Amino acid sequence: MAVKKMGLKQKYAHLTRGLDWETTYEKMDDVFPYDKFEGIKITDWSKWEDPFRLTMDSYWKFQAEKERKLYAVIDAFAQNNGQTNISDARYVNVLKLFLTGISPEEYQAHRGFAFTGRHLRGVGPRVACQQQSLDELRHFQTQCHTISHFNKFFNGLSEFRTMHDRVFYLSVPKSFFDDARTSGPFEFMVAIGFAFEYVLTNLLFVPFMSGAAYNGDMSTVTFGFSAQSDESRHMTLGIEVIKFLLEQHPDNLPIVQEWVDKWFWRGFRLLGLVSMMMDYMLPKKVMSWKEAWEIYFVEAGGTLFKDLERYGLKMPKYHEQATEACEHISHQLWGLLYQLSHVAGLHAWMPSDEDMDWLSEKYPNTFDKYYRPRFELWKQQEAEGKRFYFNGLLQLCHTCQLPMTFTEPDDPTTTCFRESEYEGQHFHFCSDGCKDIFDREPEKYISSWLPIQQIFQGNCGGPTVPDVLKWYMFGPNDGAEYVGSEDHKLWESWKNTTTKEAAE
Amino acid sequence: MPVKAIVENYKDFNPHRDLPEQYHGNLMVYLYWNKHMSFVAAMAAPLPPPTPFGALPEVAKSVYGTHPDFEKIDWSKVEWTLDGKPITPDFAKTIGEQGVRHKSLIRFTTPGLNGFDGKYV
Repeated sequence: MAVKKMGLKQKYAHLTRGLDWETTYEKMDDVFPYDKFEGIKITDWSKWEDPFRLTMDSYWKFQAEKERKLYAVIDAFAQNNGQTNISDARYVNVLKLFLTGISPEEYQAHRGFAFTGRHLRGVGPRVACQQQSLDELRHFQTQCHTISHFNKFFNGLSEFRTMHDRVFYLSVPKSFFDDARTSGPFEFMVAIGFAFEYVLTNLLFVPFMSGAAYNGDMSTVTFGFSAQSDESRHMTLGIEVIKFLLEQHPDNLPIVQEWVDKWFWRGFRLLGLVSMMMDYMLPKKVMSWKEAWEIYFVEAGGTLFKDLERYGLKMPKYHEQATEACEHISHQLWGLLYQLSHVAGLHAWMPSDEDMDWLSEKYPNTFDKYYRPRFELWKQQEAEGKRFYFNGLLQLCHTCQLPMTFTEPDDPTTTCFRESEYEGQHFHFCSDGCKDIFDREPEKYISSWLPIQQIFQGNCGGPTVPDVLKWYMFGPNDGAEYVGSEDHKLWESWKNTTTKEAAE
Repeated sequence: MPVKAIVENYKDFNPHRDLPEQYHGNLMVYLYWNKHMSFVAAMAAPLPPPTPFGALPEVAKSVYGTHPDFEKIDWSKVEWTLDGKPITPDFAKTIGEQGVRHKSLIRFTTPGLNGFDGKYV
């Protein structure tokens, strides 16, 4: 007798819900010990609506197809010496930031979703988390493979894994994910699934991938396309998590609201690195950070939270402060990299006159008044042969781990200092948002691994700057000023060859 | 609000990583020059408590010395705050004697010196 072929929906039901069972030898609470302690109440796991009904076999098929296309493009890029067709070698620093600061977080997301997938007792979210876990692992791998071609020519890419674990500014993304991964499974889902993947992801992904497209990096653009359908699945999962939690029990609302507040602010601080990339690091600009924030957070986020109002969920706390700060953060953070690039794994440089005019136009309220004068001072120092570097260690925010460089919400000429006292110790914060996060769970953050503190405690390779940089596994030509660097010289030599060939 | 954890003895797994005794006898001191915003953040220096307060200008110089305003500073006119409170330090006495603790923030204002071009830079 011929077996009747099952429809997709039926197949999906068998391969997911059909494989689950209630345990009898062991208590369900012992098998799933993590999904109650956060205080989230789930009354009916079957109410979980699977946002994408994808079975494992179609998942493999689908991903393999995308993979074949991506690797064909990567090969073609390498064979055609695609690295010589990017807009400028300064662009490669965007890839260095991405590979050291973002790709390892894809891996952390993979670990986090694997854990969450194991520890939620509802089979629906478990399957969804398992697939997202695999996506994240694939993204980590494909990003490494995409960017590895540049590693054959440029400095600062080869030791990205060690750098991620040790380097002071990379503790910003690392601590973000460490915080999420050491939370319970529901907080992780809200942190990464909702706040990061849904509310903020467009501000990370679109700028990097459009930046690659604008700057001739077809290889990275193709990676972007290959990840795009995954990202839209992740977004759908993120929104489903929120709706599910809020529909299950009214007691969940205050808990979820606190998580949304916390992870919005943490995410905003993390995305500061993207703001600097968009406004300063892309030789050919896509749009300003402020414009991106307006489109992707103020407009799209506003609509989203309007939609979530029916559950009682409010816009994240301090969102007005964040929007106001978007006039400033990219300039402040590029100033940071400019003066700390001698202890960084990538280069920084003085914006050209053209770039500065673009910034004046995009930031009419702030750039000429507060930030152009800084560049003028530094330009003068460069001209005198005294290129400015910050020659010492500095104060970090205990929560986001960025240097305490941000200013008061109403005064861009005053650094914002916030402080808490816990068990007789001082803790310093860059903002109200970061202080609130600490005050909510001080027991957690007293254990934070703050890179500057660790240097002073003697845990980072030795007491001198060269000791620490060696421990970071920086090569001698990875950091400092771009102009005159090996990357710069290599690029000039390529351009000269091209010009000569064209002349002949 | 206490952390919500799966274990009762959460603190046993989560020690302080920033206690004074972890700094080999030094205090981690933050030194910040008001209205000179071209410096990314307050500098951090490990200083033993017997350091005289009068050594702080030299400590500050290691970072802030590159600024054109720095050599114009009249240290007798500088206004100081320690952890948010105004102080009149005795340069001859030690920082420990004058209330500087681990992770204290010392801020100084230099009257008349408002950064490059008077623009708080």
